[in-house]
Amino acid sequence: MSLLNDLINLDLSDTTEKIIAEYIWIGGSGMDLRSKARTLPGPVSDPSKLPKWNYDGSSTNQAPGDDSEVILYPQAIFKDPFRKGNNILVMCDAYTPAGEPIPTNKRFNAAKIFSHPDVVAEEPWYGIEQEYTLLQKDTKWPLGWPVGGFPGPQGPYYCGVGADKSFGRDIVDSHYKACLYAGVNISGINGEVMPGQWEFQVGPTVGISSGDQIWIARYILERITEIAGVVLSFDPKPIPGDWNGAGAHTNYSTKSMRNDGGIDVIKKAIEKLGLRHKEHIAAYGEGNERRLTGRHETADINTFSWGVANRGASIRVGRDTEKDGKGYFEDRRPASNMDPYVVTSMIAETTILWKP
Amino acid sequence: MSLLSDLINLNLGESTKKIIAEYIWIGGSGMDLRSKARTLPGPVTDPSELPLWNYDGSSTGQAPGNDSEVILRPQAIFKDPFRRGNNILVMCDTYTPAGDPIPTNKRFNAAKIFKHPDVVAEEPWFGIEQEYTLLQKQVNWPLDWPVGGFPGPQGPYYCGVGADKSFGRDIVDSHYKACLYAGINISGINGEVMPAQWEFQVGPATGITAGDQLWVARYILERITEIAGVVLSFDPKPIPGDWNGAGAHTNYSTKSMRSDGGIHVIKKAIEKLGLRHKEHIAAYGEGNERRLTGRHETASISTFSWGVANRGASIRVGRDTEKEGKGYFEDRRPASNMDPYVVTSMVADTTILWKP
Repeated sequence: MSLLNDLINLDLSDTTEKIIAEYIWIGGSGMDLRSKARTLPGPVSDPSKLPKWNYDGSSTNQAPGDDSEVILYPQAIFKDPFRKGNNILVMCDAYTPAGEPIPTNKRFNAAKIFSHPDVVAEEPWYGIEQEYTLLQKDTKWPLGWPVGGFPGPQGPYYCGVGADKSFGRDIVDSHYKACLYAGVNISGINGEVMPGQWEFQVGPTVGISSGDQIWIARYILERITEIAGVVLSFDPKPIPGDWNGAGAHTNYSTKSMRNDGGIDVIKKAIEKLGLRHKEHIAAYGEGNERRLTGRHETADINTFSWGVANRGASIRVGRDTEKDGKGYFEDRRPASNMDPYVVTSMIAETTILWKP
Repeated sequence: MSLLSDLINLNLGESTKKIIAEYIWIGGSGMDLRSKARTLPGPVTDPSELPLWNYDGSSTGQAPGNDSEVILRPQAIFKDPFRRGNNILVMCDTYTPAGDPIPTNKRFNAAKIFKHPDVVAEEPWFGIEQEYTLLQKQVNWPLDWPVGGFPGPQGPYYCGVGADKSFGRDIVDSHYKACLYAGINISGINGEVMPAQWEFQVGPATGITAGDQLWVARYILERITEIAGVVLSFDPKPIPGDWNGAGAHTNYSTKSMRSDGGIHVIKKAIEKLGLRHKEHIAAYGEGNERRLTGRHETASISTFSWGVANRGASIRVGRDTEKEGKGYFEDRRPASNMDPYVVTSMVADTTILWKP
């Protein structure tokens, strides 16, 4: 296919100023990513200079057929690692023609919370650890697993190396570089405990940008698995039994937590999260009850707990933070299929704005 | 095949001034594209400076064996994205040796309409949304559909991402860049509702050039699917049943429609189109009755209707146009296998020249 690659990799900047912008949005299920591309007359680096667009909401379960237009508002620009050159990826959110956010638009509310002066003053930082599973395309069985059977039990696979321990590294490594190229603040990757499962981390990012970057990183990952002919799964417990689930642990700190004496602010914040455990769990991803069992490095879904260096707790405070008396903490409850706009804004709201 | 690619990609600019011109024309069925190449002594940018040529019309159903020469008249030049350098693609139309357009030459009549002073004064703009389906080469079944079965029902595929939702993106993305390189005004692409179905848009293009650009874009697409070993189909309803068809929605505006108060001109134009519904339908593509059923985002073939943001109508006016009181409208009736010379000139003829 090298002739096709020659065309895909054409550098158009020799022939034209025009660029291609891929507009990306979240569809009707709240987890399905959609995108389409348009030509623009020249390079753009500011989202406010990009034109609004629209799409057929009746095809994504977001509008009826006789009133089908849903409007796309560009919110964040990233460099396109597939088309390269001056071409861009554009993260958008979705509105009615009248200018109201449609029900599946979770970014709108998150942006309101992150614009609140008390929240702005606290500069909330997030580091999200996105886990995911790679599946064989036709069987939907994990990549590298024998069809009709299982690999050896968990043990050798976490950060493992070798053809019998690491399945799909191509995808993970190309994703890492593609995200860095795109301008996503990807901070690392590792192979996970279950074979065929991986993790990447995005952060630290401030406020609303955290959600934008996770969604773009997810989009880039789905494009890459598409190229590889492998299916991407964000299911929180893809294989029942003695196999780890997939989460999206969310690391969090505010200015006060990062300053001297921050450990007390952290403890107060954790208390408030404990008082709203049920509300948070309800927003932390579908199917999480299959994952949060109290086994496999999770806390039971019905119990709220926290501890230093404790991977079996709902919230873990790192030993560094305990030692320095300031830092951040890790909410281990969100599932891999959580919406980062919802989770990040809810944590900020509960810990900064909410009064019990 | 990298040695072959090296030769295909040879940059001749260093060894010779000669260029290669690929002359393209439409064959006897009205949908089959044909082409052959010739060497010219140096670069050419003006079609009137290209020599006339001829071909064997008895091999394309366009002339008898004992009087087989059909004359090719160059009409538009594009850069050749396959040979690159100074090499060109040349869109031609076809004449008898005596100088008359042969019956399958639809461009000739279209050019006459577009030269009419009333039409010239109105500067008709067209934006054509060309849908198409990719098929596996050995079996007449869509790309990546299981042979002997079906993929999951429509829903996830429109603008979808991922190996289980997007089939053939390589082809689409290389086509996008190849067309931009060639100088075609391709304005965007998107994955369609039926899996393995795609769309690209060409425009806005004024008058006769809309037809030229769409035919060359179709040619480039067929060359690319040839490289990919995939078959290109413009059938308007490739798979019967609960699967979308393929259309060539034609967006249209005149100077009056784009100026203040244009919405009234638009409504008058739509009325005139309604009075000639049967004539238009007859010219809008073979097999369209299998597609225009009133379901799957189409209007029934026997009814003429229009509406704002209504994808189930014959003609759709966008919310932007309604809001601003001027703009354009979308004729959703043409099938994917329509001839753009016929459709564009007929829309202009009916709305500008025809008196009911």
